[in-house]
Amino acid sequence: MNDSFWQAAYVIAALCVVYSIKWLSSPVTARRGVRVGEFGMLLAVIGTLLRHEVMSYQWIFVAFVAGAAVGAPLAYLMPMTSVPQLTALSHAFGALAAALVGSAEYYKDVAAGDPTTGAKMAAIVIESLLGYLTTTASVMAFGKLQEIVPTRPMTYKGQNFVNLILFAFAAVLGVWMIATPTPGWVFPTFTGLSLVFGVLLIMPIGGGDMPTVIALLNSYAGAACAAMGFALGNRLLIIAGALNASSGFILSVIMCKAMNRSFTNVLFGAFGQATGGSAVQASTKPVRSATAEDAASILESARRVIVVPGYGMAVAQAQHKLRELSDSLTKRGVQVDFAIHPVAGRMPGHMNVLLAEADIPYDKMHEMEDINPDFAEADVALVIGANDVVNPAARHDKNSPIYGMPILDVDKAQTVMVIKRSMNPGFAGIDNELYYEDKTLMLFGDAKTFLGEIVKALNANK
Amino acid sequence: MSNELEISLYVLVLAVPLGLELVRRVSPLLHTPLMSLTNAISAISVVGAILVSGTGTVPLLSKVLGTIAVMFATINIVAGFLITDRMLKMFKKKETPGK
Repeated sequence: MNDSFWQAAYVIAALCVVYSIKWLSSPVTARRGVRVGEFGMLLAVIGTLLRHEVMSYQWIFVAFVAGAAVGAPLAYLMPMTSVPQLTALSHAFGALAAALVGSAEYYKDVAAGDPTTGAKMAAIVIESLLGYLTTTASVMAFGKLQEIVPTRPMTYKGQNFVNLILFAFAAVLGVWMIATPTPGWVFPTFTGLSLVFGVLLIMPIGGGDMPTVIALLNSYAGAACAAMGFALGNRLLIIAGALNASSGFILSVIMCKAMNRSFTNVLFGAFGQATGGSAVQASTKPVRSATAEDAASILESARRVIVVPGYGMAVAQAQHKLRELSDSLTKRGVQVDFAIHPVAGRMPGHMNVLLAEADIPYDKMHEMEDINPDFAEADVALVIGANDVVNPAARHDKNSPIYGMPILDVDKAQTVMVIKRSMNPGFAGIDNELYYEDKTLMLFGDAKTFLGEIVKALNANK
Repeated sequence: MSNELEISLYVLVLAVPLGLELVRRVSPLLHTPLMSLTNAISAISVVGAILVSGTGTVPLLSKVLGTIAVMFATINIVAGFLITDRMLKMFKKKETPGK
């Protein structure tokens, strides 16, 4: 087959990839974005299979079938609450694919008696480092999300020092390989160091920082793909990788801002240790609690209700009950909106997906900046399974570990209702002064059951 | 610096700002689908994997590594596009009547 065929296919595929992300900007065009992305992928694969260099097909097809056989069930069977885990796995797979191709390229050139050096080797070194590191790091992130690996930060003395030494050693080997052909043990050692480094990188990171980490790993996986493009002289890969890398980068910056943390702080900070001080002393103060019937009558007489869902709501699988409540209130002429903090959920945008799954229309979901001024006009702010993102201490308590973090201003509403299992502090282990305010009603119980009772009480009042 | 490398670097310096601009416009509503879609897209690395495993003259080790890479990349392509679409299907503007 003529070279110009696959070259043209690659150029069109690159255009498809760009428009795929462009159309994702709005929910109206988003599915078109997926279609065009799929089309681009198909073109790229067919174009490649028709290249005259590619001569043996049987194993490639076996790999296609195996990959599809694993991928399709993953996509269809994964519950929406587990999308962060699936995403972490995808980062691992994508990064591993890139890293393996890097290794394959390396051994291909060694076997040809022409060990690579210079620019191509530099690309292979970066591709392998990022690829292998991201693979193990993503597997660790998966473990933490799935709670197979302890979600608490694991730290030991001199941790950053050990990491630094390891990284320096890998860097020296990398530079050596770029400069001149090296003995046989260097590349495998480099690979091993990259794998170990990935594990060490995630160990000290707490479960609460997972949204940032996932976004960052997304970026690394993309960068590995772009590096592969350099190693192979393939610009389609450079474009796709660069888009993925910049996407992951922006998302992790957004996540960092939403938690008022810096990159270095997330990676080397070990969040969990800073807490403790203010956590215990306040918990004997009195709180006002209420029953489902009380809550129902207050909600019913409200004009405007803003719901603040947190990950606790998702864990309790309360989305569908929440929609029933929202429907029931809307029918009574109450305006119901949903306020979504950027770090609600376990990855960027996760909460929106969970609410969408429960058929809550997306024009009712509002970002923090857009909805915050509205809390002052709201009669009720209903907080479900969220804690730190509504803690007013973030605004004024300089000693609080979450000081400076942007929060949802629920305390500006007339009445605040908090559905919570018990008075136990949230993920960061910080007490929340919001619970002790006069305008706050605590609704103790499982989110799903409690919402069900409120709906029942509402319907009984009819 | 070779001509090839120079062109590749130009592509990179144009693609990164383009990516930043495009992603900045994506509504936070869709950040999770965005991540799964970009995962699927960067699995276009399957192209490199096919080239290294299908070429006639490569050593066995490279062939094996490349074939495994084809499999992992295919998982990402299939799972990435399918789950992105599955999520996007759920985003509706108005509640459908009767539900």
